[in-house]
Amino acid sequence: MTPFDYRRAADQADALSRAATGHARYLGGGTNLVDLMRQNIEAPAALVDVSRLRDAIEERAGGGLLIGAAVRNSALAAHPVVRTHYPMLSRALLSGASAQIRNMATVGGNILQRTRCAYFYDAAGSRCNKREAGTGCDAMDGFNRYHAIFGGSEHCVATHPSDMCVALAALDATVHLAGRDGERRVPLLDLHRLPGENPQVETVLRAGELITAIEIAPSAAAANSRYRKVRDRSSYAFALVSVAAGLEVVGGRIDDVRIALGGVAAKPWRAARAEQVLRGQAPTRENFLRAADAEVAGAKALSGNAFKIELAKRTMAAVLGELAGAGV
Amino acid sequence: MSKLQNAIVGGVRAALGYVPDGWLPGGTPDPLIDKRVALGTQQSRVDGPEKVRGAARFAAEVPMEGLLYAACVHSTIARGRIAGFDLAAAEAASGVVLVMTHRNAPKMNMPPAIGMTNLKAAGNNILPVMQDPEIRWNGQTVAVVLAETQEQADHAASLVLVRYEAAVARTRFDEAKADARTPDSLMIERNRLKRGNVKAASQAAAGRVDAIYRTPQHNHNPIEPNAATIAWEGERLVVHDATQMLNGTAGSLAKVFGLKESQVYVSSPFVGGGFGGKALWDHQILGAAAAKLAGRPVRIALSRASMHRLIGGRTQTEQRVALSADVDGKLTGLLHHGYSIKSPHGACDEAFTLSGRSLYASESFDIVQHQLDLDVLANTFMRGPGEAVGTFAIECAMDELAHELGIDPVEFRRRNVAHCNPVSGAPHSQSDLMLAYDQGAERFGWHRRAVRPRSRREGEWLIGMGCATGTFPYVRMPGTSVQIRVDCDGRATVSSAAHEMGMGTATVQRQHAADRLGLPLDSVTVRIGDTSLPFSSFAGGSSQTASLGAAINAASAKLASELLRLAGNDTSLAGLKASDIEFADGGLRKIDDPARHESFASILRRAARSDISVMGESGAPLEVLKFSMHSTSAIFCKLRVSDVTGEIRLDRLVGSFDCGRILNPKTAASQFRGGMIMGIGMALNEETLVDERNGRIMSASFADYHVPVHLDVPQIDVLWTDIPDPRTPMGARGIGEIGITGVAAAIANAVFNATGMRVRDLPLTPDKLLNNRPAS
Repeated sequence: MTPFDYRRAADQADALSRAATGHARYLGGGTNLVDLMRQNIEAPAALVDVSRLRDAIEERAGGGLLIGAAVRNSALAAHPVVRTHYPMLSRALLSGASAQIRNMATVGGNILQRTRCAYFYDAAGSRCNKREAGTGCDAMDGFNRYHAIFGGSEHCVATHPSDMCVALAALDATVHLAGRDGERRVPLLDLHRLPGENPQVETVLRAGELITAIEIAPSAAAANSRYRKVRDRSSYAFALVSVAAGLEVVGGRIDDVRIALGGVAAKPWRAARAEQVLRGQAPTRENFLRAADAEVAGAKALSGNAFKIELAKRTMAAVLGELAGAGV
Repeated sequence: MSKLQNAIVGGVRAALGYVPDGWLPGGTPDPLIDKRVALGTQQSRVDGPEKVRGAARFAAEVPMEGLLYAACVHSTIARGRIAGFDLAAAEAASGVVLVMTHRNAPKMNMPPAIGMTNLKAAGNNILPVMQDPEIRWNGQTVAVVLAETQEQADHAASLVLVRYEAAVARTRFDEAKADARTPDSLMIERNRLKRGNVKAASQAAAGRVDAIYRTPQHNHNPIEPNAATIAWEGERLVVHDATQMLNGTAGSLAKVFGLKESQVYVSSPFVGGGFGGKALWDHQILGAAAAKLAGRPVRIALSRASMHRLIGGRTQTEQRVALSADVDGKLTGLLHHGYSIKSPHGACDEAFTLSGRSLYASESFDIVQHQLDLDVLANTFMRGPGEAVGTFAIECAMDELAHELGIDPVEFRRRNVAHCNPVSGAPHSQSDLMLAYDQGAERFGWHRRAVRPRSRREGEWLIGMGCATGTFPYVRMPGTSVQIRVDCDGRATVSSAAHEMGMGTATVQRQHAADRLGLPLDSVTVRIGDTSLPFSSFAGGSSQTASLGAAINAASAKLASELLRLAGNDTSLAGLKASDIEFADGGLRKIDDPARHESFASILRRAARSDISVMGESGAPLEVLKFSMHSTSAIFCKLRVSDVTGEIRLDRLVGSFDCGRILNPKTAASQFRGGMIMGIGMALNEETLVDERNGRIMSASFADYHVPVHLDVPQIDVLWTDIPDPRTPMGARGIGEIGITGVAAAIANAVFNATGMRVRDLPLTPDKLLNNRPAS
């Protein structure tokens, strides 16, 4: 770890001004950033601690939530409105990391966590375009069992590791940002970038911009939702594939459906093709499989992760089946 | 190992065939088998309170004046030379005292290799340590940074720049097979075994299986990473180490630094898990060298990543097992071939073909294994070496053949269990595998198993049950010695340079000494854990309890003679010979005549002695050459496999063990359970990812190297036959290793029962079960 300066931000304006130098990073719970610093992957000159800034969960009229970026993962998962009206979000949070880490990790930090690709982490001994642009990608022909089947490029096939973001993607969450030039809002689905030519640029955040809150809106599909994470051990492992889905059936037809996949791309992957196939259709197993097939038609396997295509398909169909109820 | 060794071992075995049993160690059963008081009772660990309070001091916690902290820089190529360094930034970094490389490291000899014959050697990776610019594996230490704090050392290590001239490296398992070597012997056994005609047996068989089983490399991951705190006191080297080989480490470091053994002191009172990984590796040598160079004490506490690069693990294996059976379900042929990695600089065999030679009575055998030479860190022993991976192959094949023949897997083993050693014909000292099976089957509810695979389902989950045999040989090491000192208050202290890696060494030997000497438990103290104490061999091969047991037994015999001599004629014991007396009630008494008794305190007081000390040693373990001495177990597993995702969830494990007498049910149950959990890891999780392009380990962290978490571990029932082995001290056999053996096979067999699909490639991750439709 490279020595660094540390300041706790007094308020949002203080945070923004301290981060203006460009060599600073915002610190949330530190459960990923500090690891990356210990591994010599990140070496910011300064950390601006924003973990005590906005840590409230505000209930909006109509059941929406405005979630401060400094809300701890465990607090969000336990919130009664989240548990009742957004079960997939609570389940996603609880399927991530360990109790100790969830107690530390913030919502803002969770969104900005970086890939767990082993080559990305091996600063001393491996090539990685995300860590050091233009050096090459050792995962492409190496261990890529955990890597992307959607949206990868010849430069990078890393996946985004968050569980929470998968649920937020299905919920059409909005991210509130603050920067030197004022505040703006970005849909979570547009926040993370696919690797393309520049895998080192992971989000659309501008220099010094701070995530201040996440906003989610209620829906019948959000209330009837689930998160299922498939992994190599029962707990404390990143997803091979995960599925966040919500379903609303009216009069025997699918009125609203939200599906997002985790562990398959550099961003939480909204299964738009599958949703399109399902809207207005009957909630049958055949339709769920057809929709899942439509989604994975766009998938591309690497040497070690072809199984993910079948796994994503089956998990999607299974979760939708559970949401539709018995007999499907 | 050599043809010469085969000739010697073979000759001794043949000669012992003519020696009456009574002349051998264990010739007469240990009287403590029937006379135990403290042994066999539930006893808490004597070191438990210290550990719970955090008062037990581990190697990386020993304080020293002026201590420096070390960080290692590891090579990033597997083979080649160091062309140059740029050390300026590291040397200029805050707190840095020095950077050691091959250019300024002290001259050192190669460490002596660990082996069966030299107990003062503990080297695993027999290569020069920082003596030349050669790179021999990916991860080799190329520089050590010493700084005033660990954080400063770690930071400076990241600033060291190394330029390499890379050479072609051998890093691919499959490619190395073409140049495989076939050693003459494995451990103390011949490697090649051919008996009868396996091919003919296969052709005539009513049922046969022939399959390849694969197990990946595993790395040691005890909760305490390897660490040492090291100081030079003049020409004396003081090492606070985490080791299961105190004297091996001391002897090795003496050789490396050209010292007399008496100049090296190694202390290791507590070790946070050993499993074979806590012996001599480069870090102790580098730490001592750096301390010498700096003229200050050094702590070298390996990071989890450094551990993966510097501490060897269990080799990858590829094993072919072919079994044949006749219409009655009797084995007619057993073939076990395979490959593992053992480079010339390695010292440890992965003898996975030994389990198939002792368990089942086959008419014919064809057994041999081959070793591959790769540019990798040497492998070492890891819990249940040989048997852990060997039983996976053999016991899966047994399950496959039972299914093929339509015979219940337990019944199939009953028809084939060996009643003497199937190869040598040697009688068992004690063995009752089928009792373990019967007791385990009853506890588990084996009768509820569905015979037809893939026939039980709960929702998306396919339910299955499986079983497998575990086994590990009995080992007793010669040379282990103890001192017993009895003071004039009648209290006994037993001392030996033995090891405590969490098993309960002092706890159990205190029970033993109390019973041996006729004392209450609280009158006995056991001192272990440093080389100032009487010489002891290693804590490995599940041998330590038996070795210490034999030494305490030998010392107690001397103690009786010495006390009898001291007692003289003015005693009720007058005129008795050593063979007439026994220990009882804190003293000696005539066998069959409790009235003729005198206490230790009284004898010493009359002799005007403050105390008496005697030494005893574990003699040559000739009993293992005369008798077939193996522990066995029956492992049962119930699990579920998701028909959607291929995920496996264990519902239940039962381990039923036949390991002689159990000395302390509390510590024993913990050992068995821990071994079985490690077996779960082997079955479901553990896999070192070695990138074959450059030999680099890509799983050098707990995020990437998976061990089981709590949720992976189901209810585990442990039971035992508790039948004494008449040829061993206390009637007990070692129990440290056997817990892991058989578990992976039981789990894989249960997966077959659940899904109808055989996965012969560990670990059993969801992707391998995803298309879990039976082949037929």
